[in-house]
Amino acid sequence: MDLRSFLTSLKKNAMLIVLVLVYLFFMILTQGGIFSPSSFTELINQNAYVYILGTGMLMCMLTGGNIDLSCGAFVCLLGAIGGVLMIVRGMGTGVSILLLILIGIVYGCGLGYLIAYVHIPPWIATLAGFLAFRGLGTSILTANSKTGSLAPFPVSFQNLFYGRIFPSEKGVLNIPCFVFGLLAAAAVVLIIFRTRSSRLAKGYEADTIKSAAIKSGLGSAVIILVMTKLAMDGGIPTTLLWVAGIVLIYSFITSKTTVGRHFYVVGGNMEAARLSGVNTRRIMFLAYLNMAILTSIATMSVIARSQSAYADIGKNFEMDAISACVVGGVSASGGAGTVLGMVIGATLIGVINLGMSLISLDANYQRVIKGFVLLAAVVFDILSKKRAK
Amino acid sequence: MAKILLEMKNITKTFPGVKALDNVNLQVEEGEIHALVGENGAGKSTLMNVLSGIYPYGTYEGDIIYNGQVCKFSTIKDSEKLGIVIIHQELALVPEMTIGENMYLGNECGHKYAINWNKTYSEADKYLKMVGLEESSKIQVKTIGTGKQQLVEIAKALAKQAKLLILDEPTSSLNEEDSRALLDLMLSFKKQGMTMIIISHKLNEVSYVADKITVIRDGTTIETIDNHGKEPVSEERIIKGMVGREITNRFPKREGVQVGDIEMEISHWTVHHPLYPERKVVDDVSMYVRKGEVVGIYGLMGAGRTELAMSIFGQSYGTNFSGELKLNGQHVKLRKSEADAIRHKIAYVTEDRKGNGLVLSQSIKVNTSLANLDAISSHTVIDGDKEYAVAEEYRDKLKIKTPSVEQLVGNLSGGNQQKVLLAKWMFAEPDILLLDEPTRGIDVGAKYEIYCIINDLAAAGKCVVLISSELPEVLGMSDRIYIMNEAKIVGEMKAEDATQENIMQVILRSGRGA
Repeated sequence: MDLRSFLTSLKKNAMLIVLVLVYLFFMILTQGGIFSPSSFTELINQNAYVYILGTGMLMCMLTGGNIDLSCGAFVCLLGAIGGVLMIVRGMGTGVSILLLILIGIVYGCGLGYLIAYVHIPPWIATLAGFLAFRGLGTSILTANSKTGSLAPFPVSFQNLFYGRIFPSEKGVLNIPCFVFGLLAAAAVVLIIFRTRSSRLAKGYEADTIKSAAIKSGLGSAVIILVMTKLAMDGGIPTTLLWVAGIVLIYSFITSKTTVGRHFYVVGGNMEAARLSGVNTRRIMFLAYLNMAILTSIATMSVIARSQSAYADIGKNFEMDAISACVVGGVSASGGAGTVLGMVIGATLIGVINLGMSLISLDANYQRVIKGFVLLAAVVFDILSKKRAK
Repeated sequence: MAKILLEMKNITKTFPGVKALDNVNLQVEEGEIHALVGENGAGKSTLMNVLSGIYPYGTYEGDIIYNGQVCKFSTIKDSEKLGIVIIHQELALVPEMTIGENMYLGNECGHKYAINWNKTYSEADKYLKMVGLEESSKIQVKTIGTGKQQLVEIAKALAKQAKLLILDEPTSSLNEEDSRALLDLMLSFKKQGMTMIIISHKLNEVSYVADKITVIRDGTTIETIDNHGKEPVSEERIIKGMVGREITNRFPKREGVQVGDIEMEISHWTVHHPLYPERKVVDDVSMYVRKGEVVGIYGLMGAGRTELAMSIFGQSYGTNFSGELKLNGQHVKLRKSEADAIRHKIAYVTEDRKGNGLVLSQSIKVNTSLANLDAISSHTVIDGDKEYAVAEEYRDKLKIKTPSVEQLVGNLSGGNQQKVLLAKWMFAEPDILLLDEPTRGIDVGAKYEIYCIINDLAAAGKCVVLISSELPEVLGMSDRIYIMNEAKIVGEMKAEDATQENIMQVILRSGRGA
């Protein structure tokens, strides 16, 4: 591989490189602590909500840089309602989950209608929820509990969102988890080479054999590494399944389906999309309906992990989701960005958070550093893209 | 011989990998109007950017000699100080601000920290009078039309004490009336001793107004034509210099025209303005198009042509629609849906390709397939290979110049963007194509190619409605011509009977009658 094409491929993946560098930095600082099996589990569990909300936020941002400010507060409200349903009323896990998703759908339809058909600017429409939901959630909590928090959630609920699949002793290799990792790695290699050969057969541009090998080699190595680490820590966390499932589904939707394509063109040029027969209002509606549904799933993951619902739950979640998108290269004016990019962005923020808490840095300094690292990451990304052009 | 005000000597400007200007020479005499013509990408704008200091001294080779002195501009401010003021093609006015505020934007008069508004507005009014505007400088820019906005731009330049005024495509967004007024204004400035450089694609305007015409091709000066003769220089003569060969026929001949049955017919079509519903933008229009026919719609800007086309295309513009639409003799129920129009095989190819035609941040491939995604997908899943193949097919068919169909449309030239826009609608397989100003702002060579595509479409039995504000284009391309004025169709003629004169007469007569 000649130097120039190597450099351009580096620049294209700037944020991935930043992630690796930051990770190595914390490896040194924590003397390998961040590389321990439990850190991997922690990274996934701690950031599950960022991946899930980030996916929803990505879909909103694609439509033209629109955001949802209400999702953090909505987590609080849904958490409180979930607490009342499962803890106070003692309702079954399945019914409660369905009810929470139903509430998400109702809110999403209302919000989507206001934004898409009444043309309320999204940030104003969601600012209302941002203010109202936390107040509503907190008052539900105080009305149902002296301490202002509801705990604990039923075991079946926790297992579903914060458990392990085929759990085993820590420190012993969990066979199902390891095998699953091998299968996933094999699938990645297979997909990369099959697309390549089918493109070549039709005479289209395709990756060179070298870059396909590097791509699949790195991809499968990372998967096997992560899954081995998880296997040493008791097995696949259920959160991973939720996150991976959502990420894969939305990757497919955004890159391969007509609906996904419509999200991009609406954000790229709303009028051109409309005059090409795209139902632009429906796309705006779907973006916010989808966001609310994903928020209810994220809520369940969060309350299962914290085992309780409390007034401050979900605070700043909207900002976490937005930062994951922006750091992951999603355009703030819409029309550009990928799920994979958002995942890298979210992971970068997650690694920084985890690393700093591992070296037990003061919480205030953590915020300062986080702010500057995020800015630096985006500046680096934008500058390197400019030069890559 | 008059004094040379500006001389640009051996200007060479290279961008990484491209030589945009190669030893360009330009001499402008004091008090003349000098036209700069050339195809898109020939280097006209680059040359003017060098002159105005946007590309600072040191980034190019060669000398700028202005008023006998070698100039080394490092910013626009430097060149403006000497009275070299450039008016760019895209209007750079802030719609929400007043005319006066706009005119002194970045050049505010008053003390260091306080703007003297009385002086601003009284000075602004003075310059507005000079360009023939009656409006007060205290009204917002958005309340006046594009033609007047262009005049505000000129007044703004005058307020900067311009001695050499550069106008980049000043009439590209103006209708014929406003264009003529602007050109006459330029001539009256000339009488007062102002020197001007005009860049334009509209060669009739150039030969009307310019004293000298410098032709630039591929970054080099080809020739300077003197336009002082009794007869103005012919357009063919200028085109010869621009494209390097003689174009004997600007409009390709159509072979074996076969016009079939009536495909689309509208009757008593009336549309109201979306914001002011009491105003009619299309008033009781009846017209028809036959299979394989190219029907021209000519009218001045604001006559209602775009509104008519867009309202036919799924009511994408206007409110309170009434009238009847028949396709193939069948009455069609009207619905407000662009997708519905596409299903009925109607396509509207917009006049504003950047504004509402293309998604500039996406690839050629994505843009090509956009209006007919279903054709390349099964169960809403897009077949990437099919999409690529389609894009490649149209790239070949329409000769879109690009290294790859993965290229972003925003990086293409105007002519190639227009071809992508056409590709998108050809792929949607319409029977009726409403082409709104399909050759606006693109160069002579690309225009010819677009004309060929139009002829091919008609030969394939499609109905083509060609909306244009360039009379020669309408005359050269159409089988039949409708003339629109003030929201109404005021005349219809066969191409054989139509001439520039009798079309203009129809418009003038209808205006008087109203």
